[in-house]
Amino acid sequence: MVKTTSKDTQALFHSLRSAYATTPTNLKIIDLYVVFSVFTALIQVVYMAIVGSFPFNSFLSGVLSCIGTAVLAVCLRIQVNKENKEFKDLPPERAFADFVLCNLVLHLVIMNFLG
Amino acid sequence: MARNLGGFLVLFLAIAICEAASIFQPISDSHRSAALELFSPTDGSFGSLEDTYEALRTFEILGIKKRPDISTASCQSVSETLGSSTSSLKDVFHALKVNNILKCKVNDETFQGVAKRLKAVLNDASSLLDFYYSIGSLVLIKDQNSEVDVLLHDADGVFRSIKALSQSDGRWRYSSNNPESSTYAAGLALEALAGTVSLASSEIDQSLIVTLKNDIVKLFDSIEKYDDGSFYFDEKLVDAREHQGPLSTTSSVVRGFTAFASVTSGIHFLDVLPKSVDVGNYKFVFEIVLHDSEDKNVYATGGQTQVPVFVTGLIKIDNAEIAVLDSDHGSVETQKKLDLAGENAVSLSANHLQKLRLSFRLATPRGNIFKPHQAFLKLRHETKVEHIFVVGNSGKQFEIILVKFLGSTDFLGLVEKFFYLSGRYDIELTVGDAVMENSFLRAVGHVELDLPEAPEKAPRPPPLAVDPSSRYGPKAEITHIFRSPEKRPPQELSLAFLGLTLLPLVGFLIGVSFFY
Repeated sequence: MVKTTSKDTQALFHSLRSAYATTPTNLKIIDLYVVFSVFTALIQVVYMAIVGSFPFNSFLSGVLSCIGTAVLAVCLRIQVNKENKEFKDLPPERAFADFVLCNLVLHLVIMNFLG
Repeated sequence: MARNLGGFLVLFLAIAICEAASIFQPISDSHRSAALELFSPTDGSFGSLEDTYEALRTFEILGIKKRPDISTASCQSVSETLGSSTSSLKDVFHALKVNNILKCKVNDETFQGVAKRLKAVLNDASSLLDFYYSIGSLVLIKDQNSEVDVLLHDADGVFRSIKALSQSDGRWRYSSNNPESSTYAAGLALEALAGTVSLASSEIDQSLIVTLKNDIVKLFDSIEKYDDGSFYFDEKLVDAREHQGPLSTTSSVVRGFTAFASVTSGIHFLDVLPKSVDVGNYKFVFEIVLHDSEDKNVYATGGQTQVPVFVTGLIKIDNAEIAVLDSDHGSVETQKKLDLAGENAVSLSANHLQKLRLSFRLATPRGNIFKPHQAFLKLRHETKVEHIFVVGNSGKQFEIILVKFLGSTDFLGLVEKFFYLSGRYDIELTVGDAVMENSFLRAVGHVELDLPEAPEKAPRPPPLAVDPSSRYGPKAEITHIFRSPEKRPPQELSLAFLGLTLLPLVGFLIGVSFFY
């Protein structure tokens, strides 16, 4: 029973990986970027859990900067994805420009909040 | 007498130089007690002869009669110093000065021996201090013993030797091989020169005296002035050796100048203090009025100098008494004599139908009636409520106060003023004046007052005056308390997490590099 379950899981992962392999490179890079951001945020949360939330502003800025940029990256991914017919007319350059601009605004706010 | 008065005038002029515009503070008992505190003998003497002289001279000037008895020890020291042939010039000088005041018994031979030794020193003296001490000592011997021959046969030579140390600006050098000139030394030199003139066996060359007068005029060019208008002399080189303060420099110059003036008759003594001068404030007005009306065509005169002078004295207080009188008849109920020079502790009792009378008489040393600037009577209740009355003077009975606890006319006035507070009142009397040397503030005693009950609308006693130090005094010191710093994690942990946060970035970069 257990064996079957592990086999099934393996099969599931395998199919997922093969399905993901077909994803275009630019989307993969964005995914990697999202993962990187989320991990950075997680490390900060762990640090806060160990040490305490003393410079709470700094903690919030650090975490929100990571989460924010991850969200923006997700938005970019949605716009850049060719399969999303909704953004068919939107050139990827424009989407990237939006991403950069939003990041700028986000980080200006973060810098102010940093204290 | 005339000489004494003349001396006083010189003193006044000297004071006028120093105190021209400032308010002259008369000598009072506080100065005397300060002097007695400053100069207190140990083991019956003041230590060195110089200290002894300073103490004795201070007592003499301040008019302290009850000086500590130091004559036995000091006289012994004086005769030892004068008898010894090895004692220093300075000690001999001060021994003679002390002797001048104490009038110790020193025999003629001793004086003769000292005079001979001083003359020998004078013959080959070269420094100003040698001249000053030896001539000063000879002058003192001349005053103390008329038998001893102290006259100088070569007074001109001595005069020239001292004059040789003078500088072009009127100041003096201490010795010929010392280039520093000093104003203090100028005073010493003038005193020594005056001594030389008075010791001269024959008349001094007048031309020498004329040049010296020019030097004095030059010296006065360097006179300086305080902000309050007082003049003073000071050394130009502050770091000069043997530097003296402005006070001793000025005193040295004034002493030298007056000594010189008195032997060369360059000063005119005004013997003008009339017999009628009594304690009080006076103003000397100096004005030139030409005797001959024809001279008005020849000379122009002008200017007026005013010198304020205080004549102080001990005021005699007598007929001091305090009495409680019956208001209606004026008959005396209790009467007590007071000794306002000493302590008093009278105790009286009175009610609101009676009067209190305090009377005393002030008389100047010449027997004239004296009216002080201030004469106050203070009554202080147990609750510290104070009442101050001005002691007026009326007619013949000088300086009377009548405090009516009740008069038929001012019944309400005074009882109300006392806030209907019955009980014990301490009596304090203040009599003061700038020229009264024995001004006093004295507790006389107390009076037990029996006042009627306060009506309902009676004024309440004022609240006690707030102690000004509680309002304006220093507040408790505030020490700033800083917030204790937040606990920070160990640095290693923080650095480790810094590295950890960079790890995803490295992973991302590696991941990206896979795609290309």
